[in-house]
Amino acid sequence: MHMSDGLLNAPVSVAFLVIAAVGVGFALVKARADLDDRTAPMAGLVATFIFAVQMINFPILPGASGHLLGGALAAILVGPYVGALCVTIVLVVQALLFADGGLTALGANVTNMALIGTATGFVVAVALRRLAERGKGGLAAVAFVSAFVNTVVAATGFVVEYAIGGAGGVEIGKVALLMWGLHALIGIGEGLITAATVTSVAAIRPDLVYLLRGSRKPLEVRS
Amino acid sequence: MKKFFLGFALVSLLIAGVLSYFASGDPDGLDKTVEDTGIAAHAQEHPFAGSTFADYALGGDSKFTGLAGALGVIVVLAVSFSLFWFLRKRPDAR
Repeated sequence: MHMSDGLLNAPVSVAFLVIAAVGVGFALVKARADLDDRTAPMAGLVATFIFAVQMINFPILPGASGHLLGGALAAILVGPYVGALCVTIVLVVQALLFADGGLTALGANVTNMALIGTATGFVVAVALRRLAERGKGGLAAVAFVSAFVNTVVAATGFVVEYAIGGAGGVEIGKVALLMWGLHALIGIGEGLITAATVTSVAAIRPDLVYLLRGSRKPLEVRS
Repeated sequence: MKKFFLGFALVSLLIAGVLSYFASGDPDGLDKTVEDTGIAAHAQEHPFAGSTFADYALGGDSKFTGLAGALGVIVVLAVSFSLFWFLRKRPDAR
């Protein structure tokens, strides 16, 4: 979901660079409280894993694919602030090293995938935390739902940005319909990957799953 | 603890270095949307489109996607680990 330069006009691109900078700055300040000798290496690995999995485009329709965004995955494993930083690092490396995602578009891309995606995934996951604490099935369901919602809402970020200042003057309803339809399908893939990843981590190191921190009883998924 | 982190890093390396060859080459949801609506005509070429590792290849040769992916894994790990290690709360601070 990395947009190229030129899809949004210059003022809107700059506005979202500012929004992204403020959001990432806020995350940098708040992330400190969630990082210690144990969680800092985990956060680095979560960023690395998201980069790797984003390379794997999976088919959704003939002629269309999708890839993980990673917001909910990061939020569930390392929390919303560290998670937003994880996705941001991935997007910056992709834009600078691999020419994937424009430079003036970086603000909008960070806003959609790192800020909106992670925040949405986290809010949904926290709302369903009781279910996640019930066991492996519950955790998988919560991961799936929060990842699905994170994908569709992040896609909505582009729709809103295009409505404010998109190039070409295409009818916004058409853009919205395509974005939502395609990302509902991509969201299923995002949900499956997120559920598989989160339950795998929880099976080996439940203490490293941010969402399960402070659970009254440790999750029994070891079997 | 060490084993878990090492395993996690190795899985990422395998995904980016090997599984990446099996990724779909079709446009993703956003690219498909801008292509089908004609918005893509306004897309500008990436300023770094001619750089060594552009499009997860090596000098434009996608035979080396796995290598580019492995490099990306190492770069993201180095950047993120450094940042998060620097930001972390230190128990013996001051």
